[in-house]
Amino acid sequence: MNFDFSDDQKQLRDQARKFLTEKCSPKAVRVVLDGKAPYDKELWKGLAEMGFLGVAIPEEFGGAGAGHLELCVIAEEMGRANAPVPFSSTVYLAAEALLIAGSDAQKKKWLPAIASGEAIGTLALFEGKGNPAPKNVKLTAANGVLNGVKKPVADGAIADFAVVAARTGSSGRDGDISLFLVDLKAGGVEVKSLTNLDPTRGQAEISFKACKAEPLGAAGEGWSILTQMLDRAAVLCAFEQVGGSDRALEMGRDYALDRIAFGRQIGSFQAVKHMLADMYVSATLARSNSYYGAWALSTNAAELPEAAAAARISATQAFQHCAKNNIQVHGGMGFTWEFDCHMYYRRANAMALGLGSLSYWEDQLIDRMRKKNAA
Amino acid sequence: MNFDDTPQEADFRATARAWIGANAPTQYEEELRKSSLGRTVLKNANILEVAKAWQKKKADAGWACLHWPKEYGGRGASPIERVIWQQEEGPFGQLSRMFIIGHGMCGPTMMAFAREEHKRTYLPPLASGEKVWCQLFSEPAGGSDVAGLRTRAEKDGDDWIINGQKIWTSGAHYSDYGILLTRTDPTVPKHKGLTMFFLDMKSPGVEVRPIKQASGASDFNEVYFTNVRIPDHQRLGEVGDGWNVSLTTLMNERSAIGAAVSTGFPELFEYCSSLMLDDGPAIEDRAVRSKLANWAVKASGLKYTSMRAISALSKGERPGPENSIGKLVAGSMIQDVATYALDLQGASGVVSGEDGELAGRFQAMLLRAPGTRVEGGTDEIMRNIIAERVLGLPGDIRVDKDVPFNKIPTKGRG
Repeated sequence: MNFDFSDDQKQLRDQARKFLTEKCSPKAVRVVLDGKAPYDKELWKGLAEMGFLGVAIPEEFGGAGAGHLELCVIAEEMGRANAPVPFSSTVYLAAEALLIAGSDAQKKKWLPAIASGEAIGTLALFEGKGNPAPKNVKLTAANGVLNGVKKPVADGAIADFAVVAARTGSSGRDGDISLFLVDLKAGGVEVKSLTNLDPTRGQAEISFKACKAEPLGAAGEGWSILTQMLDRAAVLCAFEQVGGSDRALEMGRDYALDRIAFGRQIGSFQAVKHMLADMYVSATLARSNSYYGAWALSTNAAELPEAAAAARISATQAFQHCAKNNIQVHGGMGFTWEFDCHMYYRRANAMALGLGSLSYWEDQLIDRMRKKNAA
Repeated sequence: MNFDDTPQEADFRATARAWIGANAPTQYEEELRKSSLGRTVLKNANILEVAKAWQKKKADAGWACLHWPKEYGGRGASPIERVIWQQEEGPFGQLSRMFIIGHGMCGPTMMAFAREEHKRTYLPPLASGEKVWCQLFSEPAGGSDVAGLRTRAEKDGDDWIINGQKIWTSGAHYSDYGILLTRTDPTVPKHKGLTMFFLDMKSPGVEVRPIKQASGASDFNEVYFTNVRIPDHQRLGEVGDGWNVSLTTLMNERSAIGAAVSTGFPELFEYCSSLMLDDGPAIEDRAVRSKLANWAVKASGLKYTSMRAISALSKGERPGPENSIGKLVAGSMIQDVATYALDLQGASGVVSGEDGELAGRFQAMLLRAPGTRVEGGTDEIMRNIIAERVLGLPGDIRVDKDVPFNKIPTKGRG
């Protein structure tokens, strides 16, 4: 048994950590946090140059042709650094959608542009309140033209193209949904930035008005493709959440070692120690569940749906838990804008919602476990 | 990343599987498979006898205490082979419970500190289950604070005279030998005045009294020592070095990798999958599903944490500290799981035993669960260990650290 990353993959992780420590300091993140830039363009360019954007994209489409395990280790480092770039939207969702369902021409057009950092992509799924469900998709597609409004769309204001979920039928079944690829710079769209919990990652409302679109995958296959996309993204996001959990735990630990109150290190008080121990427990459970997700993703195992849901739930809980208790360990200073704790708190809570909320994934997990038991 | 055996591991697994298939007491398999926390019973047999017979059979064929050296009754197997054996032994591993303390704690301590002739005499029958061992550490005045123990050992010629009381001794009532931590010098700070011995539990002056637990069962005992004589050659480690010796024992207790911890989740999921509530199947109820999902990811998180440790063993590496979370997570989880299973039963959840739902399976679990959060290190001690040894946080400020043991206050009030 070798339920661990390989030495090469661990080396890649070290390389990514070194790069991000240098290029993505909290100071750099704050440029985007304070609204002075929509995302960190320099960092994005650097990620392309390092080959990180295309790590899981095949060489024939301009990528590094490594695999999902390599992408997992990079994702963890992106989460640890709280990187203010549209990595998850572009790499976990848009690129994966193209890899799952894109035509050769679509792959040739967009994948090399993703790998080189020239194109930012995203998924336009949600339409206001609610979780991923066919009945919540109201935007229509007819004769290659989209009409409707998507909100929120992660990184929507900076994206060059979007994978859009649209209604192409009214039978009440999954087959009513189809996916489309839209060049957001080609007209027919209106984009409005939205304020959101985590300003280091933008959210937008996109209105499609008689917007030209090309099908992605077969008509009526949209929901099935989307489900696969969300499972893959759930595992990859889980690694970002694991990275964020570890960083928040480290910040809390370091502060507990440095801060003196009542004449002693606050980390010597059991109330503080036990809080940090519980954060370690959550982070460890999340990491182990995520490793299983990584295994299932990289081998395209039949267990992926269940593993992805478990990784998603566990990592979401861990990041929220570590981020909120990191602030608690810091006391009043943790509640200042100046300290970095709130950046992880914001990211943790925004990530908890992005692919569908915790209650949605709880439901998914139980369905999938039942299916497995029935089989 | 994969879950595959190496060719050597696969060979070993095939050999183990074949031997178990041909030799295990399969007539008890069903009952052992259905056992859960608070209820491991065989209806028509004495589980102690069945366990001893299975252990002896394993030992005769070289399958006992796999990771021990051969000359002491083991197989000289690698850590990963030990894990593979446990996986293959499956439900029959339940029968090893009465030997866990002896094999996991007493044996390694003897191996590290006993004289060679004692190791050769005492370890093989310990491995084969012919002799059962217990561990005599905890006392009424020293539970989490083990070093606060008061049982006295006083030198008398070539012997030591023991007087005092131990508590929470698992299996003392059927044990042949024990390792015993005593105080040999009360005038120095508490950690410095301790000394370890091993002794024959049939020695004159040893009295074992079972404790009736909160659950109603009796798995543990009080053990009283009245002028018990132990020859000096049965001392383990130097006089006054008992604390360090006991750390060896406790480290072994906590490093049992691959030993599945009971979370109660598989039992609950199975139960909910067929249970009907007033409004329909439990498994379709939103609140039930949310609870199940939250426990499911804890159970799977523990499972894959253990897999990570096993992988390290497989590569010949030392596992990381992740495994230290197992008992902490599983202990409180099984308590919550049992509480919830009863909640789902409504008023009838109060009925335990044979008349209860599933013959009282979750009721027994509920009543046994508080013990799991205390035994082998309370939840609070486990959190201290994680905080101090894994996260590097400072130890507690100990007010009794430099105080002679006999000057430490013994009462909280008045």
